[in-house]
Amino acid sequence: MTSPFPPTSRLARRLATLAIGLPLLAASAAMAAEVNLYTTREPKLIEPLLNAYTQQSGVKVNTVFVKDGLLERVKAEGAQSPADVLMTVDIGNLLDLVDGGVTQPIQSEALNAVIPANLRGADGQWYTLSLRDRVAYVAKDLDIQALHYEDFADPKWKGKVCIRSGQHPYNTALIAALIAHDGAEATEQWLRGVKANLGRPATGGDRDVARDILGGICDIGIANAYYVGRMKNAPQDSDSYKWGEAIKVIRPTFKDSKGTHVNISGAAVAKHAPHQAEAIQLLEYLVSDEAQSLYAKANYEYPVKAGVELDPVVASFGALQVDELPLTEIARHRKLASELVDKVGLNR
Amino acid sequence: MTGFPSGSRAQARAWHFGMILAGIGVLAPIVSLLGLAAQGSVEHWAHLLDYVLPDAVGQTLLLLAGVGVLSAGLGVGGAWLVTAYDFPFRRTLSWAMLLPLAVPTYIVAYAYLDILHPIGPVQSALRAVLGYDSPRDFRLPDLRNMPGAIVLLGFVLYPYVYLTTRSMFATQAASLLEAARLLGHGPWSTFFRVAVPMARPAVAVGLSLVLLETLNDIGASEFLGIQTLTVSVYSTWVSRSDLAGAAQIALVMLLLAMLLIAAERHGRRRLRYTGSRRTHPVQARRLRGAAAWAATGLAAWPVLVGFGAPAAYLLVQTGEWLLISGAPSPRLLRAGANTVSVSLAATAVTVGLGLVVAWSARIMQRPPRWLRALPRLATLGYALPGTVLAIGLLFPVMGLERGAALAREALGMAPGELILMGTPIALAAAYTIRFLAISVGSIEAGLTRIPSSIEQAARLLGENVNGTLRRIHLPLLRPALATAALLVFVDSMKELPATLLLRPMNFDTLATWLYGEAARGSYEEGAIAALGIVLAGLIPVILLARMHNRKTA
Repeated sequence: MTSPFPPTSRLARRLATLAIGLPLLAASAAMAAEVNLYTTREPKLIEPLLNAYTQQSGVKVNTVFVKDGLLERVKAEGAQSPADVLMTVDIGNLLDLVDGGVTQPIQSEALNAVIPANLRGADGQWYTLSLRDRVAYVAKDLDIQALHYEDFADPKWKGKVCIRSGQHPYNTALIAALIAHDGAEATEQWLRGVKANLGRPATGGDRDVARDILGGICDIGIANAYYVGRMKNAPQDSDSYKWGEAIKVIRPTFKDSKGTHVNISGAAVAKHAPHQAEAIQLLEYLVSDEAQSLYAKANYEYPVKAGVELDPVVASFGALQVDELPLTEIARHRKLASELVDKVGLNR
Repeated sequence: MTGFPSGSRAQARAWHFGMILAGIGVLAPIVSLLGLAAQGSVEHWAHLLDYVLPDAVGQTLLLLAGVGVLSAGLGVGGAWLVTAYDFPFRRTLSWAMLLPLAVPTYIVAYAYLDILHPIGPVQSALRAVLGYDSPRDFRLPDLRNMPGAIVLLGFVLYPYVYLTTRSMFATQAASLLEAARLLGHGPWSTFFRVAVPMARPAVAVGLSLVLLETLNDIGASEFLGIQTLTVSVYSTWVSRSDLAGAAQIALVMLLLAMLLIAAERHGRRRLRYTGSRRTHPVQARRLRGAAAWAATGLAAWPVLVGFGAPAAYLLVQTGEWLLISGAPSPRLLRAGANTVSVSLAATAVTVGLGLVVAWSARIMQRPPRWLRALPRLATLGYALPGTVLAIGLLFPVMGLERGAALAREALGMAPGELILMGTPIALAAAYTIRFLAISVGSIEAGLTRIPSSIEQAARLLGENVNGTLRRIHLPLLRPALATAALLVFVDSMKELPATLLLRPMNFDTLATWLYGEAARGSYEEGAIAALGIVLAGLIPVILLARMHNRKTA
């Protein structure tokens, strides 16, 4: 057996084939039906939705979960970025992406028909996928039926309030909403009142509020509603279930409005999306009846689409009346909210 | 120039060139952070000075002081106990004291909050014994405060001090200890007047690692409600979308860390290991009766707090979860495989570069000033918070990607996917830059124990630079190289913030998996990933311990 090439040149040929072949392989992989999702939201939460989408459309969804620095990463990747869809769980972070210039406007009748105008960018740069109301967790045996957000600063709750870090986006959004409603000065006073009422440092997660109420550290706290859906639907002998059973949910309102503060999970199509069509298709799927119902029943979030059936636990909180303040107004006060948290020393 | 025979000059140049390359790699993210910082305004400093920094600086210093004292006490005390005395389980404890290295601080914080929570096992049992029904009637003070953070971090980080101090005691202490005993010093006097002063250089090395870890810790401190400087970098960046401002604070912190490192080196500039003499191992004094068991208890205490309790907690949680849900998912197993392979790759590169930097510095004769500073610069990556380093790395990495894309275009090839960010290469590079400090430090420490007379002998006998390294220093350096490799491996496996930002799509490590579980609030499933990190970290820690035991035996 003689080879047409001496051994060294055969090696050279192989290397050359590899060098040419690898990028081609990568390029052909990019052409197969797939869509790339960069998300600050833990992807396993929306995995059932993504799997259902893949089954229906044949488009594979690749994900990367980036906590902080999504904007910086996509910006740095620039025109080479493989990102198609950018997803966040906070309006401020979503608008940061738009302001950072890493999104593109899209046109979609399907999206516009489902999502109310105040819950999407006027120019098609961002879209809300689900609503997340920030509510009061109250010790089960306390006799309270209604609350204003302003009440958390009432001295009668001294040493009885639990809340996560004031710098967490969920809280800066709420504080920004308070600034919009009551003004910066009143909000600063409110923060001082809440600080004086804290039963433990402002830290941990939203579920820790329920746990600490069960542990007798606090009586009331502020946290997102969907965690209660998760806790109360957990296996009965699990810790989560016990925490969830220790509390009831009250949807607070602002003193001058009948609505409850809501943040969103939302998404945008990346500016340099290599799979723009699939990206739009994925967004449209996420507001379909099927996906919205999965949001409501698997994640216990409030669907952005009207008329979708809720999980029984979430339904037991009653209909959600959303605060009328535009989300962009909330995002506008976010920086001041964060500075007030520092000024008052809420986290100290 | 080098004094070595022919061919050596070219070889030395190659080493120096390698060192400069490593320096560029480490400086690249810092330069891009400087660029970022320069773009921002300085307006926010008024706000920071008024409301944030006074408190954050105070809290940070208090935390550093507390953790420093506690970890130094535990580390030096433990090392002395297992070196100078013999008591039941001494051999086991002498390696078990390293075990907390395997547990990331954020896992320890989670675990203890659960164990010591009013509705956790400890307080529930206490209430049952004391006859209280509800946590509303009786509960212990909360863990989420400064003392809690100091205790937890101290008990998890002391092994860095223990490791460096113990190998120093084991190899150097014998004659001094015997002299002290002969001169009639009691055990306490021997400890404070001989052991502690002698241990100073070794403690400084371990302690600087402890302090930098503490300074840059975000998971555990934030979870325990401590507002450190690192936490305020995060709120400036994340809550106020002011990356430039965050970069400014991070660079000021870097300056502080450099001062810390400089002070440490200044403090021991005149201290020299004796090294050249081969001393006999310390003759441990056998303790009897109550004293012996007291010593066992004293040495076991840090292991139980820093490792035993959290590990047992994770085992129980994992057991409960497996009962409910069966075997771990294939994806979790893949995350485990990812963790091990990317950490191994990073370890190989980091130790290789560490050797380049340390050896290059060693053979340098009359180097220019700027070159002499390079080995110190190589350690900067460890002095930055992980996410900040990762942000800084994004820009140089993408610069390389753009270069690669242009090259492919010029060659008429299709534009492929991202080479560094689309694969774990960027991740491994981040680990390397971050942990180069550990590898350079360990190898330099190893080199200082080899007297330079050996090089002179080799030179006289006609050996060149590379031959000297291969035939003399590498064999002698083997323990130092192994220590470096194992520490870098364990640290890479635990790394979370840079991993979150720089990993490719569909790529999980055990740490990101755990973080994901925690982010959606399912701690039970997170326990299995946490246990995975601990178990995978256990293997290198035990190897490390066995190696040190062999060396002392």
